[in-house]
Amino acid sequence: MTIEPVCPAPITQHESVQMAHGAGGRLSQVLMQRVFMPHLHNQFLDLLDDQAKLDLPTGRTAFTTDTYVVSPVFFPGGNIGELAVNGTVNDLAVGGAKPLYLSAGFVLEEGFPLADLETIVMSMAAAALKAGVMIVTGDTKVVGKGQCDKIFINTTGVGAIREGVDLSCRNLKPGDALILSGTVGDHGMAIMTSRQGLSFQSTIKSDCASLNHMIGAVLDAVPAVSAMRDPTRGGVAATLNELAAASSVGIEINETAIPVKPDVRGACELLGIDPLHVANEGKLVLAVATRDADKVLEVMRATEEGRDAVIIGSVVADHPGMVVMRTAFGSRRIVDLPLGEQLPRIC
Amino acid sequence: MKYIDEYRDPQLARKLLAEIHRVTTRSWTIMEICGGQTHSIIRNGIDQLLPDAIELVHGPGCPVCVTPLESIERALEIAAQKEVIFTSFGDMLRVPGSSRDLFMVRSEGGDVRILFSPLDSLQIARDNPDKEVVFFAVGFETTAPANAMAVWQAVREGIQNFSILVSQVMVPPAMRAILSSPGNRVQGFLAAGHVCAVMGYEEYEPVAQEFHVPIVPTGFEPVDLLAGILETVEQLEEGRAELVNRYARVVSREGNRKAKEIIENVFEVTDRQWRGIGLIPGSGLGLREEFARFDAEKKFNVSHICASESPLCMSGQVLQGALKPDACPAFAKECTPEHPLGATMVSSEGACAAYYNYHRKFTP
Amino acid sequence: MCLAIPGKLLEISSENGLKMGTIDVNGARTRACLEYVPEIQVGNYTIVHAGFALKIIDEEEAAESLKLWAELVEKGAFDPFDELPSSGAV
Repeated sequence: MTIEPVCPAPITQHESVQMAHGAGGRLSQVLMQRVFMPHLHNQFLDLLDDQAKLDLPTGRTAFTTDTYVVSPVFFPGGNIGELAVNGTVNDLAVGGAKPLYLSAGFVLEEGFPLADLETIVMSMAAAALKAGVMIVTGDTKVVGKGQCDKIFINTTGVGAIREGVDLSCRNLKPGDALILSGTVGDHGMAIMTSRQGLSFQSTIKSDCASLNHMIGAVLDAVPAVSAMRDPTRGGVAATLNELAAASSVGIEINETAIPVKPDVRGACELLGIDPLHVANEGKLVLAVATRDADKVLEVMRATEEGRDAVIIGSVVADHPGMVVMRTAFGSRRIVDLPLGEQLPRIC
Repeated sequence: MKYIDEYRDPQLARKLLAEIHRVTTRSWTIMEICGGQTHSIIRNGIDQLLPDAIELVHGPGCPVCVTPLESIERALEIAAQKEVIFTSFGDMLRVPGSSRDLFMVRSEGGDVRILFSPLDSLQIARDNPDKEVVFFAVGFETTAPANAMAVWQAVREGIQNFSILVSQVMVPPAMRAILSSPGNRVQGFLAAGHVCAVMGYEEYEPVAQEFHVPIVPTGFEPVDLLAGILETVEQLEEGRAELVNRYARVVSREGNRKAKEIIENVFEVTDRQWRGIGLIPGSGLGLREEFARFDAEKKFNVSHICASESPLCMSGQVLQGALKPDACPAFAKECTPEHPLGATMVSSEGACAAYYNYHRKFTP
Repeated sequence: MCLAIPGKLLEISSENGLKMGTIDVNGARTRACLEYVPEIQVGNYTIVHAGFALKIIDEEEAAESLKLWAELVEKGAFDPFDELPSSGAV
């Protein structure tokens, strides 16, 4: 029996993210080839260049960036990956652009399971496919344990702005109708009820979705929409306040018109939180001249993302910069910007 | 939602409002004790729909608002310690001490966690035997059973690394203090429905008699509130001063016997400082001597920490119904929810915050 | 002060020697300690505050007060709010 001295080869098949995965060496390549490329590959990424070389359509280009941090990373109805794709797609679409290309930058915490990373990347690929965009360039960094919370993702996107469309939060005019594409608060309450320590069995699903197809259909039918916003952090209340302030107009909404899913409403009651202040990730608020409102509603309701679309109120000349709600009892009150993070309360 | 939607029925609310308008012939000042009721009244605009002759003044029933500054300072001191996991209801995180709040302690590295139930704090203590877990036990009588059970259970399980920072207050002594104050304007009370769910209403009967004020245990939904207001106005108009329960589906005369027993076993009555109001004798609860080892003030030796209020803040008068929030010179100027001078501007059920959020600059 | 919300008891369990239960609030489900309502049964409604069930809702009392109020509506007392726009309009 002979014993051949063997130099132990470094481990390349890890179960979790290692510092070396972000160091640019062999393990970085392993990460690319094992986790990212199988799901994201396309004619741009396949070249493995440091940049994507794109031919953009003539006309105006929309350009946006957003960084995604969410705890938990996997939540009912989605994960941070599809959130990162849909969020940036939506930010382009609400500007009247057809989303085309995305970049994706990852900050990974040492020890994050590679299987989870792969699940997230697969979700990003699926979300990009559904939205009709390509992820054409990317980057990965690894930080030490405890230096980030599992995974942060930045996505930047470009899109081609449709000709003849001028969407701006400064465009609201008295007489415009305000349309909301569906129920409020789903995403924020899905996240909150799935956090530990709040004694919930989570039943609520995030509404995380890309809106560009629905928005495209609306703009095909009515190019003269005044403004669109996706009411993410701060909820519909924050979005309406931003619109009112930017256009120096008043907004009046009707309490009984705001759609809220039953379980979302139940959780909001329990935690003492106003659904209007809770984040959404697949909803749209838009303002359009009243004469076009029914047409817009019809188009939205024919899409999956907009089937619960309703008119929630209107733009007025009174109380510029302020959002006022008519309650079910006929009284009126201010709908203010939420102050920072929504906290569950007992009193 | 069963037991909620029936009590938000606009048609029923309008009929109750119509009755209130019908029976009101003179001016009356009514205090709703509980901040939750204040929140519901302002949020639903009920105050706008009442006859002008009826003035609702907002009571001190907001534990976040009345927790004294020194308790906040003690909480901040404890939460900043390395070996501590500091747990609290979400309400307390934004309450300002003299220079910072719990959020700021967290941003400086303190382990501050938001919970929904004190029992979750015990679970954190079980899971982290090498840490000291502290729960900020604020609340009125409604929350006392939950806070008491956490201590009770810690004893049963022999959990050593758990303690509570107690700021428990009680309604009846505060009511007496308001009624006895020389500037008192309150002629009738909506008693806090969920406090009464625990304590019953026996102890309010002598108050109604002694001070000749109607006291009406009332729920939190618009129809409940209007029914409570209607009963109070009817009594005032007829010169009666009785205890009439208008939240009978939840409140009984005796209250929750078992809950009262555990409160009695774990806590004893103490004098207590109310933020903005001052010392009210016999208005607080503190841990009994045999539970002293669960008292965070003793465990962390913070009893010496004192603090004084901003001289600009008039929350004491607001909490006693002597001043409307928007009549305070600092309201919406030096004092906003972003930079609160007093706790009534912090809690979403604090009267100043409710006015800021729903009433400011806007007159219907 | 005290946010307490009515919900329906779905099941009873035990945790660390405490009687606990799952409460349904309009489809959202939360865990609550049932020690203060020992006689509660699955299907009962209770109010929940800070993770504790504090009182089983008295269905008879609830029905009684709703009946009284319904009579008030029937009675058709004068309504000074008729001139208010109906709540359906913005």
